[in-house]
Amino acid sequence: MHVVSALTTTTPLTGLLVLVASWLLIGALGLVQPNRIGWVARTLFPLGALVALGVAGMGAMSLTPGFAAQSSVLALGLPDMPFHVRLDALSGFFLLLLGSAGAGISIFAAGYFRQGEGTAPGLLCLQYHVFLASMALVVLADDAYLFMVAWETMALSSYFLVVTQHRIPEIRRAGFLYLLMAHVGALGILLSFGVLQGGSWQMTFDAMRAAHLTPAWASAAFVLALFGFGAKAGLVPLHVWLPEAHPAAPSPVSAMMSGLMLKVGVYGLLRVSWDLLHAGPWWWGLLTLGLGLGTALYGAIFAAVQTDMKRLLAYSSIENIGLIFAGIGLALLCRSFDMRLLAALALAAALIHSFNHAFFKSLLFLVTGSVMHATGERSLGKLGGLIRYMPWVAALALIGSLAIAGLPPLNGFVSEWLLLQAFLQTPRIPHAFLNMIVPLGAALVALTAALAGYVMVKFYGVIFLGQPRERALENARDAGWLERFGLSWLALGCVLIGVFPQVALDVVGRITLQLVGTTVRRGPSPWWMTPITSSQTSYSGLWLWVGLLLVIGATFVLVRRIYHGRVRRTPPWDCGYPWQTPRMQDSSEGFGQPIRHLFGPVFRMQRELPHPSDPKPKYRVLVQEHFWHQLYLPLARLVQRTAERVTILQGGRLSTYLLYSFMTLILLLVWVL
Amino acid sequence: MTAVAYVWQVGECLLAIALAPLFAGWVGQCRAWLQNRSAPPLWQPYLILRKLFHKDAALATDASWLFRLAPYVVFSTMVVAAAIIPSVTTDLPLARVADAIALVGVFATGRVFISLAAMDIGTAFGSMGARREMMVGFLAEPALLMVLFSAFMTHGSTALPEMVEGLLSQPHIVLHPSLFFSGVAFVMVLLAENARLPVDNPSTHLELTMIHEAMILEYSARHLALLEWASWLKLFNYACIGFALFMPWGIALHGASAGLLALAIAALLAKLVVAGAALALFETLSAKLRLFRAPEFLTMAFLFAVLGLLVYLLLGA
Repeated sequence: MHVVSALTTTTPLTGLLVLVASWLLIGALGLVQPNRIGWVARTLFPLGALVALGVAGMGAMSLTPGFAAQSSVLALGLPDMPFHVRLDALSGFFLLLLGSAGAGISIFAAGYFRQGEGTAPGLLCLQYHVFLASMALVVLADDAYLFMVAWETMALSSYFLVVTQHRIPEIRRAGFLYLLMAHVGALGILLSFGVLQGGSWQMTFDAMRAAHLTPAWASAAFVLALFGFGAKAGLVPLHVWLPEAHPAAPSPVSAMMSGLMLKVGVYGLLRVSWDLLHAGPWWWGLLTLGLGLGTALYGAIFAAVQTDMKRLLAYSSIENIGLIFAGIGLALLCRSFDMRLLAALALAAALIHSFNHAFFKSLLFLVTGSVMHATGERSLGKLGGLIRYMPWVAALALIGSLAIAGLPPLNGFVSEWLLLQAFLQTPRIPHAFLNMIVPLGAALVALTAALAGYVMVKFYGVIFLGQPRERALENARDAGWLERFGLSWLALGCVLIGVFPQVALDVVGRITLQLVGTTVRRGPSPWWMTPITSSQTSYSGLWLWVGLLLVIGATFVLVRRIYHGRVRRTPPWDCGYPWQTPRMQDSSEGFGQPIRHLFGPVFRMQRELPHPSDPKPKYRVLVQEHFWHQLYLPLARLVQRTAERVTILQGGRLSTYLLYSFMTLILLLVWVL
Repeated sequence: MTAVAYVWQVGECLLAIALAPLFAGWVGQCRAWLQNRSAPPLWQPYLILRKLFHKDAALATDASWLFRLAPYVVFSTMVVAAAIIPSVTTDLPLARVADAIALVGVFATGRVFISLAAMDIGTAFGSMGARREMMVGFLAEPALLMVLFSAFMTHGSTALPEMVEGLLSQPHIVLHPSLFFSGVAFVMVLLAENARLPVDNPSTHLELTMIHEAMILEYSARHLALLEWASWLKLFNYACIGFALFMPWGIALHGASAGLLALAIAALLAKLVVAGAALALFETLSAKLRLFRAPEFLTMAFLFAVLGLLVYLLLGA
């Protein structure tokens, strides 16, 4: 425990390091009795959840007014290259996100993991807690060395979690693709840090903050960072691993990857573009904004046509990451024109959306886990009607679905509202071209938000409503109490941020103060959100809740009082058609059909339609991405061909290799002379 | 913010709830006249409501709690929307709770709930209606938002009462070219969102063409009454948004006297009479689009709305 002894006083930072160490310890304890589920799942995972709460608490402490950034040097690492850690408002916010959503996921996982699902539970526990600890360390790191070590640990531990069920070939393939993309991205980040140190060869972030880069090198560092962190966060066209890897993992791991790990990518970009680089030209912002908006729309369109519930959620994650990047891009754009208030507003929207997404996306991924345990199905085409057999999960999933669809008065609406407000202020950008183009981004945000509603009606409606599409679904049972508790925790987060958006705005105000130097306007009271001026814009989640509930209650009471509440149960009417089978409901393909029709060119579709006289008609449609066939496969072929050319040099004869060495020496001699 | 303002706030809300069926009745009457049918009485919607509220609710065997909750939620979203929209006065204390963006969100909440409820029973028509409704909605919703954004650009506020005051405070009538495009887009959105021709036919029961009717097929009695009332309220609300954005004359401003408020109600009634007749005329003259053409209609509405925004940004007017 020399980590602790290196620090003298107990501060939030010390506390965090202890907590991270205890996560690692909990992981190691899993190996003591790796196959005893009572020990691993019922004891260690709840302990991990408690540690997560502690991390959230320490993160929250760093967001209180008057907190000064703390940093420290650990007695770990290489000689002459110790690990530096630092806790400031930005890292504190992401630790709060990590801890508070992570606690819910861990509690759920305590009820979720069972025997005989690929990897032994004890090993899973180790990988799981190393994953959590490495994410916390990425956020705490204050030098490129620790950052990259933690970053790679995060990538590797999550890779092992993705391939938990390594006996299935598709999952191994998905895991390999994930590992490859993670490393391509890590290369970008490594190169970015290489540029950022600016010739000082100091790898601490302090040195990078102080380094003076020429505009060209600063741009190179930014683009490399955008590439690297974008690949981790799932920015189009670097997103291809995401819809493969997230569904392959067990549901609590999918929840961590979508809800938490993507946010670590967002954190990385924020750290580099706002903290390490101080200013930049406007095209940085425009690039990020454009990529973000494109990603958002792309993700939403593809989510609408998915037939696997976890793939649908993975594409929805791409959409949300796009919205977050759009917010960051808008903030960067405003920073370059020194419009601080607007930059603060856009950044606040991006940060709150990150937080919201961590909650509702984790919630929905965990819901798919419960559904899979209860039914053994993850294909939307074989589910349906679960609201009758799993009332708890259905009710909590409804909250998550409404929140992610961006509907008031829940939390998803808050961040979308802020983002739209930021876009509405952009005609004031002092640039003759940008002030016309950028406001139109609001149209794309609105379209994406509306599509998200479509996707969520499909998700919820096909899984939980209607008739069960398979006989076996009638035996589905509701989730256990630990799972319900985890889900309720996350749902509560969605509701609370929806009710008290101003509190969230105040909290992220600490970060905008650190990064932009200002905060958005405070409301007159915690119930009101008035980021610009009170006459221009205002929103009150609490009063909207009160209003809606009051009207619902009053309507209910009045209808019952004045008339009656009599109910007669009958078979469904359905225009008088008596023979109804569950097959006649919209399938998930059917529900996505208008989107396929409308956005046809976006998809790569292969259709097999039956002939009208076919006695056993079969209909098949395969929807794929163009990126895969027009970017990645040609790229892979190019690499393959280049590699084959290079093999010519490698004949396998020792004498040829000696000849190469000899010729190299001759060439060097000639060059020196 | 005085107690009087709150009284008017509640009064305006109740006025909307009470007038909405009347407006629907007026549109129905105009349609009947234009189509050479003998018209039902103006108060026919009230009779329908009374009949439905008195009946026993016939509920499908498999209906879940969501199915029974949805009519109340949908009705409430429309009532809350009516509270936000300045139809009679701009002195609305509750309008600050939700601005125009939140208003679109409230409409969307209603739409999502009715679509989910339609899928609950698991009949073929229900899920078909839900899918179509969401298809119409995901294009109409951003179009409406863009219309409101154009209005925001011209008036500098996303709060509807502020927009109205901004428009009314101008000394003479200013013609904004951007508002022309927005106006066209808004009318198209109004038709699509309220299940009117040419996107949907409110009087159809032809199974394969219906959207709204398909969703509420399984409802009966008080639940159906609430949903019908909600859809009339929605039409009323959209009409009032249109008045507020494009012809706000007559709406009472902050601190208006009782006389002016009475005048505002009279102006609202006059506008509703004209708008209802115009809607009926339009519906009589136009034919229903094929369903696959509906997205084209809506895309056009969306593009018109974006064009309105772009025109404003280019011309500054």
